[in-house]
Amino acid sequence: MGVGSRLREFRRSMGPTIRELRFSISRIKKSPLSIMGLAIIAFYACLALLAPVLAPPVPPPMGKDDPFMMWKDINIPARERVIPHPPSSVHPFGTTEGSYDIFYGCIWGTITAFRVGFLVVVGSLAIGLFIGSIAGYYGGIIDEIIMRFTDIIFAFPALILAMALIVALGRNLDNVMLALVLVGWPGYTRVIRGEILRVRSEDYVEAAKAVGCSDLRIIVKHVMPNSIYAILIMASLDIGAIVLYAAALSFLGLGAPTGYSDWGQLIAMSRNYIYANISSPMKYWYVYTIPGIFIFTFVLGWNLLGDAFRDILDPTMRRR
Amino acid sequence: MSNLVEIQGLVLRFYTYEGVVKALEGVKLNLIDGETLGVVGETGCGKTMTALSILDLIPPPGKIESGQIFFKGKEKTIDLLEQKEAFLRGIRGKDISMIFQEPGSALNPVYTVEEQISEVFMLHRREELTVAAIEAIERDAESARGGLRSFIYGIQRRIYRKMLKNPRSLSLRFLSRIPVVNRYKRRLRKEAKKESINILRQMEIPDPERVADMYPHELSGGMQQRVVIAMALACNPTLLIADEPTTSLDVTVQAQILDLIKKLKETFKSSIIYITHDLGVVAETCDRVAVMYAGNVVEVADVIEIFKNPLHPYTKGLIESIPRPGKDFKSIKGTVPSLINPPPGCRFNPRCPKAMEKCSNVKPETIEVKKKHFVSCHLY
Repeated sequence: MGVGSRLREFRRSMGPTIRELRFSISRIKKSPLSIMGLAIIAFYACLALLAPVLAPPVPPPMGKDDPFMMWKDINIPARERVIPHPPSSVHPFGTTEGSYDIFYGCIWGTITAFRVGFLVVVGSLAIGLFIGSIAGYYGGIIDEIIMRFTDIIFAFPALILAMALIVALGRNLDNVMLALVLVGWPGYTRVIRGEILRVRSEDYVEAAKAVGCSDLRIIVKHVMPNSIYAILIMASLDIGAIVLYAAALSFLGLGAPTGYSDWGQLIAMSRNYIYANISSPMKYWYVYTIPGIFIFTFVLGWNLLGDAFRDILDPTMRRR
Repeated sequence: MSNLVEIQGLVLRFYTYEGVVKALEGVKLNLIDGETLGVVGETGCGKTMTALSILDLIPPPGKIESGQIFFKGKEKTIDLLEQKEAFLRGIRGKDISMIFQEPGSALNPVYTVEEQISEVFMLHRREELTVAAIEAIERDAESARGGLRSFIYGIQRRIYRKMLKNPRSLSLRFLSRIPVVNRYKRRLRKEAKKESINILRQMEIPDPERVADMYPHELSGGMQQRVVIAMALACNPTLLIADEPTTSLDVTVQAQILDLIKKLKETFKSSIIYITHDLGVVAETCDRVAVMYAGNVVEVADVIEIFKNPLHPYTKGLIESIPRPGKDFKSIKGTVPSLINPPPGCRFNPRCPKAMEKCSNVKPETIEVKKKHFVSCHLY
């Protein structure tokens, strides 16, 4: 077979895929909010990728060996280091309590945000998929045990349970993620179970059994592809929410170690400077506004993107 | 003439919150090799459950309490209910297959027609596909003139030979999980696709190559049903269970599908259990008829005998209630009883126009009134 005919064959076999892809893109193009979400997340992705260029790590003694640790400006006189300093040419976003550079913290904090968001969602999703499909597909007593266990976790407010877990496990970023996974998986489990219950009673699953498919094959090949969309949409919406949770934990002092680039932590550091003094109450506006904008737009971006995903992925919404 | 399937004393119960549903109460039925057996009755009298029992696919909370289902396999006759799940998986789709009622929902919406039919081939006819793939490799290898390509063919040949020897060997299962490397499986898929298109052509589907790449929702109901039948017949089963295959189709398409099934029965030499509540279809397609009511087989006879000389009052009622132009509608009074508390004695007695005192106390035995005409009723 020549190269030309191979290429033609490839084009022909890929035809429907390309057609669908084009349709997806046209769907996105029609909705300005989706484009905005996509743009915001693309912007943050660039920030994360270009972090070493935009905010090059500062060598010790001002910085730390770990590039994720924010650097402290020791050129500021010692007794003024405690209070924030407004934006200047050295510190584009100013410094926060302890003379940490806000710009550096925000840029490197993007990586932290992505990492926390993705790892927590992927972790919860993996556990949820596995346990949820077992509960949904086999039903009966297994289902009952698993679902009652998730109910127990649901009974506690998520944030408080996560706090308790972090305190028990020890305070560092890995434990924050672990705690959020442990709190987050029941939500996925429940949705996946519901979806699988719905699909399991479909005729084509019965038909798959009747042609001799094994249970694993039915779950992976016949049930999953029909039930995964709801969960993917939920996951994309959750990445933003997880970042909010992580920020809240950081704000309460249960996040990354002090000085780690993390938006939540920057907000936590600004706690004492939200109100400056009676003559100029907004004097230190930059310490909380700038990291706040980062968190706000990041979460907004994921929410808009989640909606865009729903338009594209959900077969029932797609052709509307 | 020997029995292909013989069901004896099949008792099926569903353990629900409301109580125990006595779905099948000692069903006795046999299917003679090569015949088409019609199973008729109202909705909810256990036709489908009898069929699903043969495949051992009773949905929970159903449980088969007792009984035997003998199936004459290729080598020997086996009791299907005593077999292990893995063994049954080998039989389902290969020796016994089923056509479902709703073709629209019996096909998975996320796969193309060809992918779904191929799955059956990949599950049950791997060996033949492998042999065909090896032949294709040999052909390609001959035309290749040295270099990288013939090296690749050499490797493929070795993999496929190994596959032929032991398809579940550990190293092969490992290989098939590695991306890029597992492209060798494409040859197998290609052979499966060829077979799928072949079988689609036998279903009298126009332009099978194009239809093969379509998704179920792009096809009409009749076409979908042809695809479902193609899936069922893919491995040339000895027994085909058709569960109301034409109920959801309109009359002209129904006639086409019935013709097709009839024709295919000749070519594939399968026996058919045809479940329906349409007596017209029964008259058209079946050799023998079993009438079921509330979990019992009440009458079994040849199709002509059943229409000419129905004995059981229920059968009579069914035949009388076929709508005929110019005549008043007749129906059997009442409805199928709740099977949680079925009426004692003959389960038909509350609706039976000829009920006697005995009927509500004693369950009637099945007797052979005439040659090959069985009925269970106290009248005879």
